[in-house]
Amino acid sequence: MEKIRCECGHENPIGTKLCGVCGRALTEEEQQNKLADMRYDGIAIRSKTHNKSIIDKVWNFFSSVKVGITLIILNLLAASIGTILPQEFYIDASTEAAKKIYYEDIYGSFGSLYYNLGLSDIYSSWWFQILVLMLGVSIIIASIDRGVPLHKNLKNQRVKRHFNFMKRQRIFAEGQTTAQQDNTLGQVEEKLKKMRYNVRREGNALMAEKNRFARYGPYINHVGLIVFLIAVMLRLIPGFHVDESIWVAEGEMRAVPGMEGFFIYNDDFLLETHDNQAQGEQLKQGVNVVAKNFQTDAILYKQAEGSLPGQTDNLEEVLKEQIRVNHPMKYDGYAFYQMDYSLNELYKMKFALTNKETGASLGDVVIDLTNPEKTYDLGDGVRVDILSYVPDFSGFKNGQPQTATPAPNNPAFIFRMTTPETPEGETSFVAIKQTLEPLGETKYKMAFQNIETRDKTGLTIRKDSTIPFLFVGGFIFMLGVVIGSYWAHRRIWVEELEDGTIRLAAHTNKNWFGIKKELDVLTEAAHLPAYIDQVDLEKEKEKEGDTAL
Amino acid sequence: MSLIEVSDKLLYVAFMCYLVATFLFGGAIKPTKANEPRRANKWGKLAIAITIVGFLSHLGYFITRWMYTGHAPMSNMFEFTTGFAMFLVLSFIIIYFMYKVAALGVVALPIAILIIGYAAMFPSETSPLVPSLQSDFLAVHVITAALGQSILAISAVAGIVYLLKAVDTKQKSKERFWFETVMFVCVLVIGFVLASITFSSMGVERTYQYTNSEGAVTVATYNMPTIFLFEGAVQVEKEDGNMYAETAEQNLGFVELPPLFDSRQFTIVTWSIIFGTILYGLLRLIGRRSITEMIQPLVKRVDLTLVDEIGYRSVLIGFPVFTLGALIFAMMWAQIAWGRYWGWDPKEVWALITWLFYAAFLHLRLSKGWEGKKSAWLAIVGFAIVMFNLVAVNLIIAGLHSYA
Amino acid sequence: MDKKKKRSLTRGIILAVLAIAIGYTVYSSVTKEKVEVLRKGDDAPDFEVTDLNGEVHRLSDYKGQGVFLNFWGTWCEPCKREFPAIERQYKNFEAQGVQVLALNIAQSELEVKNYVESMSMTFPVAIDKTKSVMTAYNVNPLPTTILITPEGKVEKIITGEMSESQIVANLESIKPE
Repeated sequence: MEKIRCECGHENPIGTKLCGVCGRALTEEEQQNKLADMRYDGIAIRSKTHNKSIIDKVWNFFSSVKVGITLIILNLLAASIGTILPQEFYIDASTEAAKKIYYEDIYGSFGSLYYNLGLSDIYSSWWFQILVLMLGVSIIIASIDRGVPLHKNLKNQRVKRHFNFMKRQRIFAEGQTTAQQDNTLGQVEEKLKKMRYNVRREGNALMAEKNRFARYGPYINHVGLIVFLIAVMLRLIPGFHVDESIWVAEGEMRAVPGMEGFFIYNDDFLLETHDNQAQGEQLKQGVNVVAKNFQTDAILYKQAEGSLPGQTDNLEEVLKEQIRVNHPMKYDGYAFYQMDYSLNELYKMKFALTNKETGASLGDVVIDLTNPEKTYDLGDGVRVDILSYVPDFSGFKNGQPQTATPAPNNPAFIFRMTTPETPEGETSFVAIKQTLEPLGETKYKMAFQNIETRDKTGLTIRKDSTIPFLFVGGFIFMLGVVIGSYWAHRRIWVEELEDGTIRLAAHTNKNWFGIKKELDVLTEAAHLPAYIDQVDLEKEKEKEGDTAL
Repeated sequence: MSLIEVSDKLLYVAFMCYLVATFLFGGAIKPTKANEPRRANKWGKLAIAITIVGFLSHLGYFITRWMYTGHAPMSNMFEFTTGFAMFLVLSFIIIYFMYKVAALGVVALPIAILIIGYAAMFPSETSPLVPSLQSDFLAVHVITAALGQSILAISAVAGIVYLLKAVDTKQKSKERFWFETVMFVCVLVIGFVLASITFSSMGVERTYQYTNSEGAVTVATYNMPTIFLFEGAVQVEKEDGNMYAETAEQNLGFVELPPLFDSRQFTIVTWSIIFGTILYGLLRLIGRRSITEMIQPLVKRVDLTLVDEIGYRSVLIGFPVFTLGALIFAMMWAQIAWGRYWGWDPKEVWALITWLFYAAFLHLRLSKGWEGKKSAWLAIVGFAIVMFNLVAVNLIIAGLHSYA
Repeated sequence: MDKKKKRSLTRGIILAVLAIAIGYTVYSSVTKEKVEVLRKGDDAPDFEVTDLNGEVHRLSDYKGQGVFLNFWGTWCEPCKREFPAIERQYKNFEAQGVQVLALNIAQSELEVKNYVESMSMTFPVAIDKTKSVMTAYNVNPLPTTILITPEGKVEKIITGEMSESQIVANLESIKPE
């Protein structure tokens, strides 16, 4: 493999800007720069060392920070496009056709275009996912490419650096000490150690370093991001993720989807509202009450071991809890969330068997609409039979009442009423606001008394085994980002020449203000020559140039 | 005096303190003769002292309101915006003690004042929490996110200071134009405040009933004279309970818009632009210069390298806090409340966009050497994204977070 | 092998792994909706129900017989249209070792009994009171018919109405040898 040999004898990989050992500028371009390119300590970024096969080309593409930044911006733009109109999962339409109509109706031709381009479900589109994943690839490759050689370089730092390197550092000083003294380097060392620097000495050269770990921050946070992304991808593997929803009415027991052998019973659903008057913005938007609490008193049952679906007689209660928003019921990695509700579904109807003429009642019949009985015996030869019951009456077909849905939205009955007066029985069809007497006029009627209603709760059942991985990823990311942001890697090189001239250079990866404050203290304590900030100098020169024009 | 009245008074005190401190900072950095350094120093000390008093009073508002409502006062537009202003001042104070650059105060405090002024135009009544907000995460998530955003905002403050000095106002350039545009936008916010105050002192209040895009009949109340109106709306008056009756006099505005567009917001924005533009015109007439030129002398003595570093540093400090508050805590709460840590809700997406933007900012600076002016412009764009998320996403894009 | 080749190899492997990960992710999320919990060839989940006459039916007891498992509701029009044909074919196939079982979805006994009577259905009908069988078979639209082979494997899942000839063909397909 090709190498560049530095004058100091060290062999550096092709592409190196600053010799890994002494710091001399190795490329012509670098030699001409006033300030050394210290971004990655002048290492050869791996991808730039050779560039031959397809693999290398792909590698180099993803390793480029320019590509990385472009990918960030593309992700940003794509994500923002998805917020122009509500996404499909937030609208009230279930089928593709209904969605299409929804976007067309509400947002006109723009909505139609938005839908047809697939922007209404942008975040699950293949190209958006590819964009995100390409960013992930870029993070991985760029980190390997830069992190590995940087680590090697930081590990093998030599104390003594070449003049060429020193003078091209942003902070540089050269000159005699400001006071007559012996052992300048010793004083410098002592002072720097007090400032918690790691100091190494080699003859007449000294190097002090602090917070080197800060340089690893970006790589650590990238690892965190990758762990996070992998955790997100794990969701797609079957079994890692359950996401089901269920409606359960009060008093109903339902098998829990996605959770074999478990049943949930809705004991009570509760909707509480704040008793204050609506005001301010709420009022302006026409909102009158503020909900305070949605709650399902739920009981979770488990079938006995070895039971089968369909069997319902061997259930054990395992958990009884109130499910509220922000307080899901948790069991064995599963969580039940309060998501929705529907109030006042018909539950029980009460009728009085009444003599039409006298208005006298022979007794009440309470019919449980979810489980009506065939016969209600009122004693003394009085009975009511239900010949037919439909929960959601939609009309007659072949003389039979039909139902549109299984929900008791519009219950209808065919009763046969038997009394001592009418021992053969009288038949009457009763629906809401409708009574028919198909077999001739009757003496008795089922007079509607009142109804009892119940509420339904909408629960979501979720299990997400990827959460711990996500958490680890998030934690590593935060750790890395904190390390990389809140600490700065500072290095100071000092050399005492034979004639007593002190040469000093300093570098930090951020917060120059901070290192300068430390250097001020050091300069004063050890009577060092004043340093210059070459960036400031350049700026001033530019200015002078301006005014000269 | 009840707790809530105390709270309101404290906020008022804070507002006045910031106003006074702005002028003191102006005094502190006024170009003085070389032989008067002491005076400048004294002004600066007084300015920061008043700022701190203002902040403590602001904090007092925050705490008393918290005590009164029983939940973190970050649950509606008024509360969140005033809270954001408070964190902005806190971030400024921290950065001030790190770098002692008074010029930042001349930009940071007026921004805080504008934000409080903007917040004050929203109803400040306390409101009880809907179930989804009833969680300790409300305080944890929203406070951390707001703190992160406010530290990031300081980088925009530094960016403005930097550009104020670095932009050449003598020559016509894109840069000059865009910077003046930024100033113009600030004036528009004042325009909004002026318009709100003017019309509320005139007692403008009109309620309209209309059919929204989902087909539901709803009402909207205008506090500014109607310009835009929902298609087919009629002016109504509230009767007993929740009943509305058509009024005899109908003010139906000038332009009818389909219900898809929020005509009420359009009207407010239009009035703000009208008031703001008039104010801007007056300022220019009186000053006979662009706004940039008017305030430029204030920053004459600013050290550009240092201001650039402050801008970078505040992104470095703010980015982790923002990530923690706006993404990580947000995901944890979303997992608990809704059972999914991420749902692509517009507010979530815009938090992600903000995060991606600042990630790009850091990479551009580190690897592409975008410093100085470029960096300053990026910081201003970043702040615009933060404000967009705060204002527009709440008011325009409906979602789970629209709690105003 | 020199260093350069080795490096190319490492890079190639890393890139390949990443490409596969991307491919899998995109593929599986794009086709997500189409992945069914229960598929042809899977073991049919065992269950036990009690029919309207009080007789207990356990799927595993029908090993060696084909099972025609039909999920239905009284409100479902297509269910109503296909029942007469199922009833006719049930009589033909019962002796050939194919069992027909109709599972109603959590309706009341009165409704189901009246319905069965009025439709003169003679094959066993049971009510899945807690929807647990329905959940185990991941049934959504009605009617859904599951064909189970004598070996207890899922042969076919049919959602929607069947014509009489389809019913015959389906029953044929699960006849024991």
